[in-house]
Amino acid sequence: MSAAVIETRALGRRFAGVTALHALDLTVGAGEAVAVFGPNGAGKSTLLRLLATLLRPSGGVLRLFERAVNDGGAAARRRVGFLSHQSFLYPDLTPTENLDFYARMFRVPQPPERVRALIERVGLTGWAHRPVRTLSRGLEQRCALARALVHEPELLLLDEPFTGLDVDASDMLSGMLRETHAKGTTLLMTTHDMARGFQVCRRAIVLARGRLVWDGSIAGMRPDDFERRYHELTQPPPGSALSPQPSALRTSS
Amino acid sequence: MLALIRKDLQIEFRTKETLAALLLLGLLTLVVLSFAFDPTSELRGEAAPGALWVAVIFAGVLGLNRSFLAERENDCLQGLLLCPVDRGTIYLAKTAGNFLFMIMAQVVIVPIFIFFFNLPVAVGLGGVFLSLALGLLGFAAIGTLFAAISVRTRAREVMLPLLLLPLAVPIFIAGVKVSGHMLAGKALAEVTPWLNLMGGFDVIFLVVGWLVFEYAVEE
Repeated sequence: MSAAVIETRALGRRFAGVTALHALDLTVGAGEAVAVFGPNGAGKSTLLRLLATLLRPSGGVLRLFERAVNDGGAAARRRVGFLSHQSFLYPDLTPTENLDFYARMFRVPQPPERVRALIERVGLTGWAHRPVRTLSRGLEQRCALARALVHEPELLLLDEPFTGLDVDASDMLSGMLRETHAKGTTLLMTTHDMARGFQVCRRAIVLARGRLVWDGSIAGMRPDDFERRYHELTQPPPGSALSPQPSALRTSS
Repeated sequence: MLALIRKDLQIEFRTKETLAALLLLGLLTLVVLSFAFDPTSELRGEAAPGALWVAVIFAGVLGLNRSFLAERENDCLQGLLLCPVDRGTIYLAKTAGNFLFMIMAQVVIVPIFIFFFNLPVAVGLGGVFLSLALGLLGFAAIGTLFAAISVRTRAREVMLPLLLLPLAVPIFIAGVKVSGHMLAGKALAEVTPWLNLMGGFDVIFLVVGWLVFEYAVEE
């Protein structure tokens, strides 16, 4: 197996007494593309924020690029990109100014050249000098992808990147992500859109109630078959507040 | 750090929101207070340093409240925290930006303050600016830290002054004392202890802010 980009052992996170992620063991090798599926509140975003070093673990070990993240994560952050449904772009600055700012924060050599190349790559040349506030959601997300790639990260974390995008914009983003993965970047993506997950990734994990309940290859698997299995895995335990109540399931005769 | 300061200045010069708010509130406070005193009364001169610092405090709190609003839009603070930069450096850059905005506002407010309070133009102006520079540095240092904490709360406009003002009181007292002595034409040597106090507070607040900012912005 290729070198591990992500390695977690019993990784957990609690928020004010509520456990969002339970003792997760996960290894992701270099060059893999992994989809993270799970219902709302399953711990997907918490996992990504832990991996991005935005959150500190409450327990367990997190290793990125075969090094323990114990220094606050500044060294690891240099090699990690993060794309969320929030763009992290300053609305009053233009795409060029935003990318230039992030390029300088990541100490990218020759920021103007890098920014120009990225603007061209994501197809924002015509909008490069307009404030982000005036861009459509699709254009803003393209700019956000450029921001996440500005320092050429080896690991790209994607938290619901297709949220709010129309079909065309989602197709375009999906294509860009496949292109980025083909260049050797490791991807880890949370999404509720299984078809998109299948388009971009060849491995999937399923989280439910903060626990890893499935981990395997989805190459060659049909999304419909996987979806049936997914519903079995993520169904709340019988008797819990979230499980369907008999009265709710009863149909009128 | 320079990239972060440059970004804050770029946004401010485009929107002019913080500077306009600082100037308007500062000037409005001075105008109202100047009408509270009889123009011929000696009390007007004695109250002048207090009036200046009241304007500084009101305008400063408003500016500090705004300092993390740009980082809230589109969750930009998370974007900043993803950069491979020590969180203490982010704090120092935000403090420097806030300090610059407050000083810029004072460059406009102080001449108008001199006009409204009918003060001699040249007397002690350097000392007044020195007290403002030292006072505003400490105010920005502690205010930036509390602005980062309060921006996540629902009642942030109320929370910031509640947290900030009690701790910043020593700076304001020293600022009023130094400004008063300077406007009265006294020597700078007479206010050295007050200047030392302000300098000491600046260093303490900057170091504490640099050390704890990481925990202030963490979930």
